[in-house]
Amino acid sequence: MKRIKTPIANSKTRIEKKKTPTPPQWATRFLSFYCRPELLEDLEGDLNEFFHRNLQTKGAFLARLIYILDVLKFLRPYTLRKPRLSTGNFMFASYVKTSTRVITRNKLFSGINIIGMSVSLSVGLLVMAYVSDLYSFDTTLDNKDRIYRVISSFHPGGGPAKARLASTSWKAGTLIQQQVPGIESMTILRNWFRGDAQIGEGKIPVTGIYADKSFFDVFSFPLVKGAAPTALKEPRSLVLTQTTATKLFGNIDPMGKVVKFDTVTYTVTGILQDLPTLSHIHFEMLVSLSSINVAGPQLPGGDGNYLDWTNFFSNYVYVLLKKNTDPAAFTAALERISVRENASQKPDRKITLLAQPLKKIPFGTGMGNEIGPVFSIIMLYVLCGLAGIILLSACFNYTNLSIARSLRRSREVGIRKVIGAQRIQVIGQFIAESVIISLASLGVAFLIFLLLRGQFLAINPDLAKTFSLSLTPRLGFGFLVLAIVVGLIAGLLPALFYSKINAVQVLKDASALKVFRHLTLRKALVVVQYTFSLIFITATVMGYHQYKSFVRFDLGFRTDNILNVRMQGNRDEVFVKELAALPAVKKVSRSLLINSLGSITGSQMSYRSDSAEIDLNYVDANYLPLHQYTFLAGHNFLPKQKDAPQTEIIVNEQLLRRFNIGHGEPAKAIGEVLTRSGKNLTIVGVLKDFHYGTLDRPINPTGLVYTAEPGGYVNIKVSPINVPATMTAVETLWKRLDPVHPLDAHFYDDQIEEAYSQFSVTLKVIGFFAALAVCISSLGLFGMVIYTLEKRVKEVSIRRVLGAEKGGLVYLLSKGFLLLLGVAAAIALPLTWLFFQNVVLANFAYHQPITFTDLFTGLFIVGGIAAAMIGIQTLKIVRANPVKSLRAE
Amino acid sequence: MKGTHLGEFEELVLLTIATLVSNAYSVAICDELSIHADRTVKLGVVHAVLNRLEEKGLVKSELGEATATRGGKRKRFYTLTGAGKASLLRAKEIRDQLWQKIPNLTLNRI
Repeated sequence: MKRIKTPIANSKTRIEKKKTPTPPQWATRFLSFYCRPELLEDLEGDLNEFFHRNLQTKGAFLARLIYILDVLKFLRPYTLRKPRLSTGNFMFASYVKTSTRVITRNKLFSGINIIGMSVSLSVGLLVMAYVSDLYSFDTTLDNKDRIYRVISSFHPGGGPAKARLASTSWKAGTLIQQQVPGIESMTILRNWFRGDAQIGEGKIPVTGIYADKSFFDVFSFPLVKGAAPTALKEPRSLVLTQTTATKLFGNIDPMGKVVKFDTVTYTVTGILQDLPTLSHIHFEMLVSLSSINVAGPQLPGGDGNYLDWTNFFSNYVYVLLKKNTDPAAFTAALERISVRENASQKPDRKITLLAQPLKKIPFGTGMGNEIGPVFSIIMLYVLCGLAGIILLSACFNYTNLSIARSLRRSREVGIRKVIGAQRIQVIGQFIAESVIISLASLGVAFLIFLLLRGQFLAINPDLAKTFSLSLTPRLGFGFLVLAIVVGLIAGLLPALFYSKINAVQVLKDASALKVFRHLTLRKALVVVQYTFSLIFITATVMGYHQYKSFVRFDLGFRTDNILNVRMQGNRDEVFVKELAALPAVKKVSRSLLINSLGSITGSQMSYRSDSAEIDLNYVDANYLPLHQYTFLAGHNFLPKQKDAPQTEIIVNEQLLRRFNIGHGEPAKAIGEVLTRSGKNLTIVGVLKDFHYGTLDRPINPTGLVYTAEPGGYVNIKVSPINVPATMTAVETLWKRLDPVHPLDAHFYDDQIEEAYSQFSVTLKVIGFFAALAVCISSLGLFGMVIYTLEKRVKEVSIRRVLGAEKGGLVYLLSKGFLLLLGVAAAIALPLTWLFFQNVVLANFAYHQPITFTDLFTGLFIVGGIAAAMIGIQTLKIVRANPVKSLRAE
Repeated sequence: MKGTHLGEFEELVLLTIATLVSNAYSVAICDELSIHADRTVKLGVVHAVLNRLEEKGLVKSELGEATATRGGKRKRFYTLTGAGKASLLRAKEIRDQLWQKIPNLTLNRI
């Protein structure tokens, strides 16, 4: 396709070009792009001739236009060039054969790469399965693309901040049904049906969701028994899942059977096939929504009436749009309803309805009141990012080691080229090699994946309940694609490198090859690997330090050997008396909440003209001594009658500061009076500040109010000796009190650990990735050291013969690698430090400062491993008999 | 019998090549045809036909001189092959035979 130009003609055209217009160059280029080489010259010449002719008769513009049109007109089947990349250039069978030979011959190289790639691929597979699961939620439902959930957005406390709830009001559901066009069907759900199912003599606790009669129109969950349109129509109807049916009735057919909750009897009207694991909604049974008497007594907790516009905490509305309905029109209709309803509401009760597509639900976006577990999209990105880094790290290993062993392979490539291999074929061979290695790794990776899957699901009970990570054909295909892509990325640079080799030069003198030209690239890759490894491991160490400090934090009270028993709605009077009689129990107290675990309650309180939101807990007289709170002034509550009015409060320093009581002298605050909804509470004691919430929350003004029977928990201080026996004793007492519900008792210290489980789970994941990253980059470094030293054996021998010290030689050989590590550390450590200081710890109001140990432990570990590897290899070379290597030529 | 059959335009092009003798290259053929056939002859069509004739083995081509107006590109000169001559003669023969069959009277009547 090269144009042959005679020099004379060439110079002539060049001269002419200056004076006369020329045909448009792009058209000429296009012609030479599509035209067959043997026709090109002739065609181009003809077009030029015509162009010149037209230039004289028709002017430059028309001549150009005709030229362009002619170029296009010549685009005919017989002028078209055949595709250049014919498969004839790729010799797949040959690639596979030579690649397998190369792989089996270089055991070290293949071993390092297959180990690294398998490990990293297995993580890749895991993340891929996780992502695939996330996108497979609710896929069994019909019409899943047309189902929307109505969610609520509001400004809590009337402030500027916006919060969103997955729930909405019952009224919103009714209004949508009446006023919004384009809806095929819709259903209203209500959360929190809890109770003990009474069947005959036995009692079994079950939970459920209220759903109205059109539930099955929206959600096509298949019924095993019962009729979908009527199953939830009548009040007090139950639809059980198969598992629940077996749990309640055993093998008896439950249809039409009666179940009693408290005093109300319900009838089983349907059996639902068990819900798929990948469902955003989970329940044991459905209760007909019509069972709720909306006109009945007000809801507990001051939520108002069931049908209030502002009662939007427990109801869920799902809508199935008609096929031709535009979601935007639906959103607009919701907006209109919101505006109309909000007109008469206070600022903190203005609610905007929004539509959320069903498939978006599993990706949590910080919404409150979710109906089922959701998975943070940020976590998803982080996981993908981490897996990507690990995979890249393995690819870097391959790239580095392939180029590093060029001493051995370049001659092979040289001979190939002399025999007639084209550049593209050399590239093909090297890519084939890397893809074969990555496919082999996929096999191993798959086995590791099967092992890892169980571990991953065990990290968090929520994960195991909602993810299956099961294999589908689509996922299998994805695995294959991932492996091939990894192979391509890994093999790309080596392929380009080897394909550029000059055959003559290599065959004449292999050592003349400029492998060292690529040294900067390889060094950069090593530095990148080690930077990530160091970031991961340092983050793990720092995180672990912080986590430990959270768990052991001095909260302002004691938590050791305290057993907290959740009362689950039982009266605690007898239980407490019986507990106190146990010899191992030192003290018993009662409280509504357990402090410092993250659950909070509060109330608006005022002092004189000032008012503020106060964190509250309700406790009995034993609570403060049992937990050894520090009194700054005043005294503990005195026990009172059960039904005595709440008149006393014990507060923390922060509250005094907030209301400016006592001007720094706690004693002066005693006797001051706070008001809550018109009722007075006298301050009888002041406590040293303690942590009411978790450590990410600053200490707020806090009060403890005396209540003889708060009803939430019983706190038992037990003797540390023979704890199992104590537990058994407590359990026996509990069984007597409540035969239905199992005992829910945990040690305070364990609960505190549990409160930071999010943190510890993240740590486990990052730690796992850190271990992998360190392993993979160490393997890579190991290979690099071996191949690099291989080139220097002679040099070392000569130095030895000339009298170099062993120690000096080891230093000489290893300083390059250690320098790389140093560079990586110089990048990684400050980055991690900044990230922790400004991002992670900024979220925690109370945390430990980052110490030098935190910062350098990771470096010591990584550096230690690297130094050991480098040291062993260099020592091996230095110790070998120099005569041997010098003689062998 | 695709090999020897000549289309009308193919025949014209073949004849033109024969008349132009040593100067038969695409543009010249195009010009000559335009004069004699009294119709605009498109370069693209001529090229396609030349290509087809060469495929059929009726003409052969070789590259010749380059000129400035051709942008330094060489011309491709076409000459008839033996087969080309034969097929031209055959075409003429068919016509002649048919002509001879027409009685003068009949022709005058038309």
